[in-house]
Amino acid sequence: MSLRHRTGTAAGAVALAALLAAPALPSSAQAADLIVSNWDGYMAPDIAERFQAETGLELEVVNHATNEEIMGKLMASGGKGLDLVFVSSPFAEVLNHQGLAAGIDHAEVPNLANLYPAATEFAYDPGNAFSVPYTWGTTGLCYRSDLVGQPVESWDILLDPPAELEGKVTMLSTDRWLMAAGLLATGHSVNATDEAAIEEAKQALIEAKKQLLAYDDTTFYSKLVSGEASLVHAWDGWCNYGIAENGDIRFVVPQEGSDLWVDTMVVMEASENKEAAHRFIDFVLDPANHAWAVENILYKVPNRVAMERLPASLVEQYPNLGMSPEELTGYQLMRDLGEAQRAYSRAVSEIKAAN
Amino acid sequence: MMSLSNHEACGLRASDPRVTPAIRKILPSGPGLAAAPGVAWLAVFMIAPCLLVFAYAFLTRGLYGGVVDELTLDNLLRVLDPLYAGIFLTSTRIAGLATLLAVLVAYPAAYAIVLSPRHWQPLLLFLAVLPFWSNYLIRTYAWIVLLNREGMVNQGLTLLGYEGEPLSLLYSEGAVVVGLVYNYLPFVILAIYATLSRLDPQLKEASRDLGASAVATFVRVTLPLSAPGVAAGAVFVFVLSIGNFITPALLGGGRFQMVGNLIYDQFLTANDWPFGAALGMALILVMMALLFLQARVTDRVSGGRVGAGNA
Amino acid sequence: MREPRAQAFARRGILLLVFAFLYVPVGVLVLLSFNRSGLPTAWGGFSLKWYGELAGNAEILSAAWNTLVVALSATAIATLLGTLLALGIERRARRSRGLEAMVFAPMIIPDIVLAVALLSFFSRLDVTTGLHTIVISHVVFDLAFVCAVVRARLKSFDFTMVEASRDLGASAVTTFRRVTLPLLLPSVVAGALLAFTLSVDEFIIAFFTAGAGRSSMTLPMQIYSMIRFGITPEINALATIVMAVSATALVISQRLNRGRLLGS
Repeated sequence: MSLRHRTGTAAGAVALAALLAAPALPSSAQAADLIVSNWDGYMAPDIAERFQAETGLELEVVNHATNEEIMGKLMASGGKGLDLVFVSSPFAEVLNHQGLAAGIDHAEVPNLANLYPAATEFAYDPGNAFSVPYTWGTTGLCYRSDLVGQPVESWDILLDPPAELEGKVTMLSTDRWLMAAGLLATGHSVNATDEAAIEEAKQALIEAKKQLLAYDDTTFYSKLVSGEASLVHAWDGWCNYGIAENGDIRFVVPQEGSDLWVDTMVVMEASENKEAAHRFIDFVLDPANHAWAVENILYKVPNRVAMERLPASLVEQYPNLGMSPEELTGYQLMRDLGEAQRAYSRAVSEIKAAN
Repeated sequence: MMSLSNHEACGLRASDPRVTPAIRKILPSGPGLAAAPGVAWLAVFMIAPCLLVFAYAFLTRGLYGGVVDELTLDNLLRVLDPLYAGIFLTSTRIAGLATLLAVLVAYPAAYAIVLSPRHWQPLLLFLAVLPFWSNYLIRTYAWIVLLNREGMVNQGLTLLGYEGEPLSLLYSEGAVVVGLVYNYLPFVILAIYATLSRLDPQLKEASRDLGASAVATFVRVTLPLSAPGVAAGAVFVFVLSIGNFITPALLGGGRFQMVGNLIYDQFLTANDWPFGAALGMALILVMMALLFLQARVTDRVSGGRVGAGNA
Repeated sequence: MREPRAQAFARRGILLLVFAFLYVPVGVLVLLSFNRSGLPTAWGGFSLKWYGELAGNAEILSAAWNTLVVALSATAIATLLGTLLALGIERRARRSRGLEAMVFAPMIIPDIVLAVALLSFFSRLDVTTGLHTIVISHVVFDLAFVCAVVRARLKSFDFTMVEASRDLGASAVTTFRRVTLPLLLPSVVAGALLAFTLSVDEFIIAFFTAGAGRSSMTLPMQIYSMIRFGITPEINALATIVMAVSATALVISQRLNRGRLLGS
């Protein structure tokens, strides 16, 4: 009894000490006026210096690896610490539903006027109430024109490739885009929620797995360059990284259509620096700054003024940068699925587990 | 589950009566105190936080993710879906294979290090873990460069005069197993080395003097004495493999899913914390049962055999 | 005692094979640090430019420093607590299943569960997160691994040595310092190496329990966030330098103290 008692006391003392010491230890001195989380390399490396030169505000940029991970962190912490995050639109939608996103005060972001009108009326956030688009684009097929003999025009060539492409195609593995390929090939919407559509897409994707080289959403363009793969399911911007290395690489949106994805900036409700966050959004939407993303990471931005200034040679080299806003908004905007997310997750687990 | 149980733990190990007083003597102050800081750390920073999460298993997912305070058993029932049992079995098979191979490679490696001159041993151990102070992703990329169809292994074969189709070495269960063995091999070497080193030379000599052959000495003396190290190393590879998702994604081409990946997807991709918590709980229970079973077997091997050898 | 020739031959052969397996991918990794192309898996010609870029990349260098701080602190705490825990557990005459379960648990709790749990926990208690919370979290799994290695050693421990020391009149403290610790040392060093290696490369728990600012970003967090726009050979260059520097330091220290680290 006395031993247990002593053990218990010691245990309590250590735990208490650790807890007390934790907040007292030197932590990140919250000196910056603004903390923004983004993917590494998605903004100009000198953005903090230029932002400070223009506004006098100190900006700290931190990084996250995926939408999913930053969302998990924001949900578990209630969004404390970060002032503004870059996430894809379905995740911005969730942040709003969870009460984690602050409203956007348009009066503080005059550069919103630079956006294409279509980019201010997205169905997930009409009128940019809680999110501002940073980049947008679509998903399609990226292939080596010197290695693929037949015309590439339908999702079928990905799901049911001809003999010469068997074992030479890859598909995206992130759940929504993987399912989108199956849904589009079987004639459904990328946001379909009825069981029959999900089932049909799932069967098509399980069948397609037999001819697949791999599921890949990080190194597929590298596989294309090395010749390991001949045709890959790809986001438009990433296909451009392949094109940069090999001029025979082409990008095509299949005739059945595709999705429209939007990466957005969201101000956190828990932020104590909302004003600075708005200044930052305005700074990014400045055409000269926004054009950086097009010229350096080869993504399209929904900024009319920035796009009009693009050098023609860039569009010539990377034709998908020339897609018009009308064409892009003609694709299906990816939405949060609500309750149907569970059915998608289960379907994707089943596809990945299939032999 | 986590409380310190009072009842006799039905003879998990044939305890050596000498052991208890002896270890008591090792510890400068009250022996119970030795475990206290570690236990406290785990109680505060593991059990308390995890109980928070496991409570979600009994609650409902909100329409847009998050957790709603409505009690339900749905999540636990969904765990019984045969799909998840299938994924568990596949990842158990892959992790089991990786464990077996890692032990088969690590044992001779650790033994060779122990037999090396004493002043070389630390250096050899450090050199065995050094590659793993880089980064998991770039190590995995290196394997892709080696194994892919246009990769170094295939190019090497061509140079050697091989003229057939390039070998498809990647995106298979075999590639996943190789990746897992590679990344966790040093942990098994460390665990086995820890028990083999200073393996009392007198014990071996005594056995040899009594006329036992080298093989018999190894089987009757060395192996039982190192069994706890083998067991610990095997547990490391198994648990780390079953929770791994980079190797199945990159070397397995995403064709295989480990249980760790499944749970990760529930929490982050599907934003379904209640179900993720339920799956996590189920995994912990199953693995715990496996570990207890394994501990019992190891104790039989080491405790029983050594006891017999000493008698 | 001289090593028999056949044994020496077998020993060297095994070491050669195992180290070849361990170091062939390292060779590729080092080669890729000289890859002119930024692609992770395709070769584009020889270049030193990534070493230059790395030297000017303050973000990667500060993340590398943070990683070292976290891994060393977590290893130190976990080695101490884990070793004591192992002694405490093996001391018990009767097994406590609860205690056993408790020390197995950190190894089998899925990373994401621990990550979400710890962040929710810290957030609920209003603990400011930062490097120190990453250390606290890493100690949770590190100490379980250290404990497992030390326990494995204790199971084949020759307790007669300890008894002899005590019987000869040495105090408990002297016995611990002069007899027990040297006997345990190989397993403590092995456990510490294991903990350090796990901590240096851990991503998901660090990401969740890190503070909001740049000052608590670790190298794995930095590297994973590069996946989207490409992990550049700068990371290979850094790994190459880390391994080269560590190997040199090890060889020098080995020369200096002739391997006294594990006792002789």
